Amino acid sequence: MKRIIYSEIEGQSAHFYALAAILAGLVLAGLVAAIHMEHYGHYVTGMSNQIVWGMPHVFAIFLIVAASGALNVASIGTVFGKALYKPLGRLSGLLALALLIGGLVVLVLDLGRPDRLIVAMTKYNFKSIFAWNINLYVGFIAVVVVYLWLQMERRMNRFVKTAGMVAFLWRLVLTTGTGSIFGFLVAREAYDSAVMAPLFIAMSFSFGLAAYILVLLAACRGSGRELGDVTLQRLGRLLGVFVAAVLYFTAVQHLTNLYAAEHYGVERFMLVDGGVFTLLFWVVQIFVGGILPLLLVFRSPLSGSLNTGRVMALASVLVIIGGFAQVYVIVIGGQAWPLTLFPGMEVSSGFYDGVVVSYMPSVPEIVLGLGGVALALLIVLFGIKVLRFLPATLANSAVDPHFVAEAKGP
Amino acid sequence: MVRRRNVIILTVVALASLVTMTVAASGVPKPDIPRGQGESCVADIDFMRRNHMTMLKHQRDETMLKGVRTKQYSLKECVSCHAVKGPDATPVTVSSPKHFCRSCHDYVAVKIDCFQCHASRPEPIVAVDGGGKE
Amino acid sequence: MTARKRNPGNTTGFDAARRSFLSAAVAAAGVTLAPGVMLYGITRPSAAKARALDAAASSDVRWGMLIDSNRCDSDCNECVTACSKENGLQGHGRPATDAQWIRKVELHDPGTGLNKSLPMMCQHCADPPCVDVCPTGASFKRADGIVLVDKHTCIGCRYCMMACPYKARSFIHEALEDQKSHAPRGKGTVESCTMCVHRIDDGRQPACVEACNDSGGGAMLFGDLNDPDSEISQRVAKYASQQIRADLGLDPGIRYQNL
Repeated sequence: MKRIIYSEIEGQSAHFYALAAILAGLVLAGLVAAIHMEHYGHYVTGMSNQIVWGMPHVFAIFLIVAASGALNVASIGTVFGKALYKPLGRLSGLLALALLIGGLVVLVLDLGRPDRLIVAMTKYNFKSIFAWNINLYVGFIAVVVVYLWLQMERRMNRFVKTAGMVAFLWRLVLTTGTGSIFGFLVAREAYDSAVMAPLFIAMSFSFGLAAYILVLLAACRGSGRELGDVTLQRLGRLLGVFVAAVLYFTAVQHLTNLYAAEHYGVERFMLVDGGVFTLLFWVVQIFVGGILPLLLVFRSPLSGSLNTGRVMALASVLVIIGGFAQVYVIVIGGQAWPLTLFPGMEVSSGFYDGVVVSYMPSVPEIVLGLGGVALALLIVLFGIKVLRFLPATLANSAVDPHFVAEAKGP
Repeated sequence: MVRRRNVIILTVVALASLVTMTVAASGVPKPDIPRGQGESCVADIDFMRRNHMTMLKHQRDETMLKGVRTKQYSLKECVSCHAVKGPDATPVTVSSPKHFCRSCHDYVAVKIDCFQCHASRPEPIVAVDGGGKE
Repeated sequence: MTARKRNPGNTTGFDAARRSFLSAAVAAAGVTLAPGVMLYGITRPSAAKARALDAAASSDVRWGMLIDSNRCDSDCNECVTACSKENGLQGHGRPATDAQWIRKVELHDPGTGLNKSLPMMCQHCADPPCVDVCPTGASFKRADGIVLVDKHTCIGCRYCMMACPYKARSFIHEALEDQKSHAPRGKGTVESCTMCVHRIDDGRQPACVEACNDSGGGAMLFGDLNDPDSEISQRVAKYASQQIRADLGLDPGIRYQNL
């Protein structure tokens, strides 16, 4: 097999430094927001005793779910032996680490007592899926670091397949755990479902790959490396498959809920008269984040005059926007629907019983979330500059030895 | 190979820092720690200075998790005994640097978070509006 | 019930007969009316005996409450006010984020038009979901059944608030000062009704129960569910009571009657 060459990006241009500065500025803003929230207390946010988890959690869960999916690309190359994906493995590991760290930072900084992080890392109640998740996240970081090292240290390449299998299984358990955070909540009608775990796995595949495609495109275009259509098409089509899987599990989630009469109220709320949640669900999650990307990536080759890179970038952006809306509907929408304590009765109290609760994201929450995203991107930017994560070329002839340039165009 | 030149430079730097620090330290005022009520509290001063945090931590688990409310190591009793009266003859809260715990903890720069939750002065609290808004 | 006074050296048989008839009549009336009526003003003896200071809470005891919704008045807020005062709950004019340990819930049955009112607080479940989900173990159940938050270990993740089916938990959204020394509470941690654990350990009743009795409502009864001789055990054995969301299988220690 031809030896794949990886190299650092030059990272000397004005664009590079400008991008780094912007990302660093966002990270700083996120830190300021976190300090503001911690100093004054959470009353400065839109979160309350009713909507307990807000925008920071939407961002964090999205990032963490995408992180485990981003590692998929490396797994396909290592575990499933697809030659096309082999050059993509190192960047995949880096992106997975970066997204996870970004998500965890947002989560930790939103805690009521972030100064007690040491307590969270040392005292565990192992009946709690949350405690398991903390261990899974930290373990994931360790597993990916080892996996990356085995990929990058050529003398250790013979162990890569084992590490790849461990990483693949670990991330499946991790995403199942993340989905189970919600699936185990018997009290909340919107969550109490076993399908949350596979739904989250499908979401992780989809969001992670979309993030990977965007980062790969940006890195290659920015550093002037060739990124051929063969790779782009394969990644794009795979994204389409994952998007379809998410649509399937979403359908399963809602259809099975509709079957049970006791969940009829919450389903009606989500799908019909939930206001912003219904809008986000149908328009953004299903249409923008599901149907449109499917049309884009599986478009007929007759419209081949469109730039493949641009099409895949657009599809990935739409998937991410739709994914964000999906996490928002799950996290916030599930809390907005009131708990049913007295079936059949109309309930009212001074503590927002029996009413749909409204939530308005506040500036500190959004800035904190964006800071986490910026941190993830900054880690990737820094990584590809100092170490050899990016393959020197992903031209069609380089990735596919059987490739013959056809007159079909880009 | 350690060069003799380097050893001399490092020794001079180390000695100079030591002298500077000693001179500087003698300029920092020692904390004025107010006496608590009564003879000695739980144990003698040296023992308490070194171990009060361990005793508090042990007691808090006993009280919180098991409901044991012995008074000897109780934080409430500590606060009650070590209350420092402010200018208006009522005990000061932890927001005042004259608070007993702060008088030492500010000096050694060890931040404590006990009083984020616990009352830092004994009840009854003589406040202007009769204590506790509702 | 009514003790029959023996007065051997007195009166004619006619008076004695009248007396014994009256006693029997009152006794009969009492026995007939008792099931549906909780008599006003009976001073319930302190349900909790003060535990020795160095004695740990024991699982021989299970503290619980029985709340009679029939006696709960829509306009009455004594329990809520008493709880706020006892535990130092300060309102900040922000109802969405202000802490609430106990609240009055108004029910209306749209089918029959029935209206009911009842107080709602932490149900102190035997199998609490909040304890299951807490990552650090800060949310725990004491041996005698009271569910508490160890604020020393709480990291403020609010997962327990998501998990509680009764929305019993509150998060403290601002810095506090001048807390009650028997009810420590602080910014960034989660809290809920402690069943006035400081009072129980001292042999007294929770503030809400005491206020309800003192104000003449008499809707709340506190006691040891494990003690077959306690008033609460006898009542729940005799008259139907239910737990809210019993279908979840959590076995709450708070039971309700006449819902």
